[in-house]
Amino acid sequence: MESLKDQAAIVGIGETVYNRDSGRSELSMAVEAAKTAIADAGLEPKDIDGIVKFTADSTPQGELAACLGIPYLRYYGELGPLGGAACGLVIQAAMAVSRGLANNVVIYRSVNGRSGARYGSGVVTTRRGEGNAAFTEPYGLLVPGQSSALRARRHMHEFGTTERQYGAVALAFRKHACLNPKAIMYGRPITMEDYLNAKVFFDPLRIFDCALEADGANAFVVTSAERASNIKHRPIYIMSSAQALPAAAGRNGESWDESGASWLAPELFGVAGVTPKDINVIGFYDHFSTVIITKLEDYGFCQRGEGGPFVEEGSIELGGEIPVNTSGGHLSEAYLQGMNQIIEVVRQLRGDSYAQVENAELGLVDSGDGAGALILRR
Amino acid sequence: MTSAQFPVPVPNLDNQEFFDRCREHQLVLRRCRDCALFSHPPRPNCPNCASNNLEWVRSEGKGTVYTFTITRQPVSRAFEGRLPWAVVDIELEEGVHLISNLVDCDPDEIEIGMAVEVVFEEVNAEITLPKFKKVG
Repeated sequence: MESLKDQAAIVGIGETVYNRDSGRSELSMAVEAAKTAIADAGLEPKDIDGIVKFTADSTPQGELAACLGIPYLRYYGELGPLGGAACGLVIQAAMAVSRGLANNVVIYRSVNGRSGARYGSGVVTTRRGEGNAAFTEPYGLLVPGQSSALRARRHMHEFGTTERQYGAVALAFRKHACLNPKAIMYGRPITMEDYLNAKVFFDPLRIFDCALEADGANAFVVTSAERASNIKHRPIYIMSSAQALPAAAGRNGESWDESGASWLAPELFGVAGVTPKDINVIGFYDHFSTVIITKLEDYGFCQRGEGGPFVEEGSIELGGEIPVNTSGGHLSEAYLQGMNQIIEVVRQLRGDSYAQVENAELGLVDSGDGAGALILRR
Repeated sequence: MTSAQFPVPVPNLDNQEFFDRCREHQLVLRRCRDCALFSHPPRPNCPNCASNNLEWVRSEGKGTVYTFTITRQPVSRAFEGRLPWAVVDIELEEGVHLISNLVDCDPDEIEIGMAVEVVFEEVNAEITLPKFKKVG
């Protein structure tokens, strides 16, 4: 069976400003991001014949099509749950364009995540005691950060990971955000002392360990490798892709050792024919700082249990062994559910980042706890 | 008085027995008659061999704290008036994990590996929750 390797490319990217109170509808921001991405690709809205969406997004594909002046879509789809959909949607788009189901597919995410319903408060994720939430929510396990905190505490116990090491992740991404004028935390550096003195939200996680809920929208355009060669910008090829939805069987899904990343990594690197050492830049979905340490282990950038010392050595900072989230990530740029990391890695591979990694050729991005991942190449 | 309550379990056809037995102060787990695996939360099939030949087995409710987190800020309205709030992941002797709380325990005294056993806390006439207390 022919794989999707190098069959499709990301050819246009678009983002609105990120802020805490947009005063705009999610639809209007989605349109702006999509128009920007389409223009960036050197295309016209009428060239778009496919749109795929996050199930969680309030903007229907048909509404976006209407606002773009597209009479109908040849291809449409969606993916849930919640935040981890971005890479899986790229896979849907890549399949569609490489098999002729569509010519050019737009992927978008638009959310008033700060002025509207906030992920951090649990209002988006609660199941009101139904289903298996009957075994978690009645005990006050209510917001996403608590689940990450449970895993972080266990990782500290097993491997000696420290709060300062989680702090090193937060500081690295803040340093990157301070190079990126679009980041909400641009111009607001923090020190380890600031980190350690910050309020503990859910022990061991502090405010600086949590994704920065934000208002804004992102979009990009995926087209076939064949069409991509005629497009304005250097195409960024989808070299490899994989998804993993682990069964929730064992430990209420709370254990650090059951993330999707550890399941999908062999396929992701296998299809690309590369190893973690070949990757030049990473865009990890960082809903919490703590997951960066386990993801570095899961994907094989360091050994299991060595993620803490790895980040403490500065390895994930610009200039380090493998720079991660060079636009500031969810912690310090904005929480756009993994979309802004994909956009930043595309910029890196084009050579257009504010925090440019010299000669970046290969980038890895992921969604959720490893629900999906891509290796992108220039 | 707290300003908002934690959600109360809404039992369904796959887990009604669990909550019925909690009312009788019994902790029960699913065990597969084919491969002997214990599992939780309750499902109609075994997560190891997919068999639907499962039985309900009473657990002694003995285990240890596998991990925990202490919420210290009112990150949701439900925490107002009840901070600090500790959530624990208990590993039972049968090998399954339960999310729960520790009763009569200062959150700052919780440690991974601490031995615990089940107690029952009535929420209302329909629902009683299994919770845990420190042993020794």
